[in-house]
Amino acid sequence: MKINVNDKDYTVKATGNPSLLEVLREQMDLTGTKYGCGEGACGACKVLINGTPAISCITPVASVQDKKVTTVEGLEKNGRLHAVQQVFLEEDVFQCGYCAPGMIMSAVALVEKNPNPSKQEIMESMQGNICRCCTYPQIIHAISKAGKI
Amino acid sequence: MKKPEVEDTAHYPEQYELYETPAFKSPLSRRSFFKQMGGGIAAFLVFTDVLASEVLGNLDTKEKSLAEDTIAAWIHINEEGKITVFTGKVEVGQNIRTSLAQIVAEELFVPVAAIEMVMGDTRLTPYDRGTYGSLTTPQMGPKLRKAAASVRELLTEMASQEWKVENGSLQMEKGFIHHPGNGDKLSYGDLVKGKKLLQKVNEEVAVISPEQWKIAGTSVSKVNGRDFITGRHKYVSDMKLPDMLYGKILRAPANGASLERVDTEKAKQLPGVTVIQDGDFIGVTAPDSQSAAVALAMIEAEWGKSPQPSRKELFQYLKDQGEQKEQKAEVEEAFQGSNLQLEQTFHIDYIAHAPLEPRAGLAQWEGDQLTVWTGTQRPFGVQEELEEVFGIPKENIRVIMPDTGSGYGGKHTGEAGIEAARLAKEVGKPVKVLWSREEEFKWAYFRPAGVIEVKSALGSDGDLASWEFHNYNSGSAGIEAPYEAGVRNTHFHSSRSPLRQGSYRALASTANIFAHECQMNDMAVMNQTDPLKFRLQNLKDDRLIAVLEATAQAFGWNQSKPTGHGFGIACGAVKGGYVATCAEVQVHPSSREVKILRLAAAFECGAIINPAHLKSQVVGCILQGLGGAMFEAVDFKEGEILNPSLLSYQVPRFQDTPELEIVLVDRKDLPSAGAGEAPIVGVAPAIRNAIFDATGVKLNNLPMLPNGVVPDVG
Repeated sequence: MKINVNDKDYTVKATGNPSLLEVLREQMDLTGTKYGCGEGACGACKVLINGTPAISCITPVASVQDKKVTTVEGLEKNGRLHAVQQVFLEEDVFQCGYCAPGMIMSAVALVEKNPNPSKQEIMESMQGNICRCCTYPQIIHAISKAGKI
Repeated sequence: MKKPEVEDTAHYPEQYELYETPAFKSPLSRRSFFKQMGGGIAAFLVFTDVLASEVLGNLDTKEKSLAEDTIAAWIHINEEGKITVFTGKVEVGQNIRTSLAQIVAEELFVPVAAIEMVMGDTRLTPYDRGTYGSLTTPQMGPKLRKAAASVRELLTEMASQEWKVENGSLQMEKGFIHHPGNGDKLSYGDLVKGKKLLQKVNEEVAVISPEQWKIAGTSVSKVNGRDFITGRHKYVSDMKLPDMLYGKILRAPANGASLERVDTEKAKQLPGVTVIQDGDFIGVTAPDSQSAAVALAMIEAEWGKSPQPSRKELFQYLKDQGEQKEQKAEVEEAFQGSNLQLEQTFHIDYIAHAPLEPRAGLAQWEGDQLTVWTGTQRPFGVQEELEEVFGIPKENIRVIMPDTGSGYGGKHTGEAGIEAARLAKEVGKPVKVLWSREEEFKWAYFRPAGVIEVKSALGSDGDLASWEFHNYNSGSAGIEAPYEAGVRNTHFHSSRSPLRQGSYRALASTANIFAHECQMNDMAVMNQTDPLKFRLQNLKDDRLIAVLEATAQAFGWNQSKPTGHGFGIACGAVKGGYVATCAEVQVHPSSREVKILRLAAAFECGAIINPAHLKSQVVGCILQGLGGAMFEAVDFKEGEILNPSLLSYQVPRFQDTPELEIVLVDRKDLPSAGAGEAPIVGVAPAIRNAIFDATGVKLNNLPMLPNGVVPDVG
């Protein structure tokens, strides 16, 4: 089947009904999107499907046919980071960084919808993303700046 | 690997702390690596570079490795002046790739960007016992600082000979040495000419004092930060080799279960699937992970379970199985002779590290040469484990640890790497094994559970007259309370742990300091003394006193508080780090729900190397500690883990984040200590004492409130 990821069309094998996460990572080598729990509980695998954040570990690849998938690798345009990436980089948010792609995809979706989220709105919107290093305050701070860029 | 016996794991937490190896175990043939690389080492070492393995086949394995007392073991400068630093320490999010680079940059007068850190590679870096115990900053930091300062000494010596000028008249700046008179300059690369620096590290070399630091002591950003926010960094779980297969391992349904019957025929029929069986070890490989999972599911296995304790009898079991220790008559006498006595028991549940990147291992055999990439805090330890499993010389085994998705003490072992190596050997192709979240919960190891009994009494002067403290199973780290006491008796009683247990951030300090600080709080209240004042009265440690006072001031300890609110305070010292924490909680009068409104903490660990990253560690410790304090607990029944998922095992999330105020106390006059552990110890007792202050209820178990509601009677 064909899927569109980061504005490119790909032909992928969908036998056995693999998850979008498996296809991104194993067939397309887009390994920015991470496995964290396999049940949609941690947010490490978040991508955007038609601009809406989605949990790729429990999304069958067959369901994204004819839709536009964006992964963390697709945010950078012509060598320029997305505003959210830029602010996360400047604010030096992360420790181990494994949650970073999922955090950034959730934050991109939030900021594009609501450029000036309150702290409460950020916490509610990001509740599905786990950072085990617990850099939550730094992430909240970065997101609150991102919309202002 | 042999499955660890219950008895063998009983001492895991302290074993790692006390584990001493022979002075030097040699990694192989770094010299030939340099020969191979010539001056171009940095270009080759864009790590996470899977191609690294291609070079291995050409290495002469018989050469002696670089002695650890030579500069070249630690630092190399190539012809272009690029500086490469070698350390066996690993990056799991502590940001030591950055802080160690800062230390070297400081001594060499170069920007941090001029330095490439090669970390945790058994072939390229000097032997290292492992990255744990907050040892990187106090031990590896000074080692690299001396090596770098020795390089500086050498460079100035070389330049002074070249120019025939006085050594002391030379200025160094941004990778160049400047002539004192004629404006000439020489780059480090020109001076060293790509040669190995075989001179010995000068142990007495002058180093830059913290007061003069320009790069160390500043908030340099994570050196490879861009790779993480773009998704470009390759964790082991992201790596791929040509022809690589995905491996899965058959697991027992419960701890201690033995395989009674197995049928792998159906799995074997699947295209591309290989089933590997070696006794109880059964694994499958397939060209993609989904096929591997399907094949695994088609293996029919029957297991015999062995009877073992469940969570509901855990604490009684740990106590019953605990070793006996001597009593001291004078301690009991002093206790009995006092009017103010307090005797309490604390229960500590098992908790899981739940690193967001589950265990991952990638293995490749080339003839009798094995390379394993795995996320472990002990690459050299995993090399030894592999040596034991395969009976091949260590020189033939290379373990590489790319920056990994966290550990918190939970990745001291190398299971996934060993499993990958076993499968790869049988199948004749590289194999990657990625543990699922469920495997990570069930088959890694836990922070030990424990029972702590404390008995103490006050003299008429308000000083501690007696202190008796017994910890069953959770460990001896931080067991000695910092308070002065007339007589004391403190014991760790090792016990039999029903579950596999091991290191966790701060080890048993979290449990022991929880008990110390609850006990001290309650004695203060019994004595009608302010808990801060009571601590100060019984403490002599100036550094602990300083952080207590700094926290109290930042928090506003003496402020009044609304009804239903409570204040709590606690302090502790772990591995050269000193922390005090204050908490304000609000308990709803009818629902009894607890809200942690704010936490304040002051932390001191000597001279600060990177303030922003230090603050991040302190915040991370506090918030991660909140989980174990409030709600995290491993539930199990007869060897089976009942909550092996992130839906059923709760960890701290965004909405658990209270207001935080962090005070970093910079002591430039004291050596730098680690910071990834100590700040965790204050959060649980501070909250517990605040809840006691608000309600009069003593919550003496960790986690305190799995359902968030304070019981009516303590």
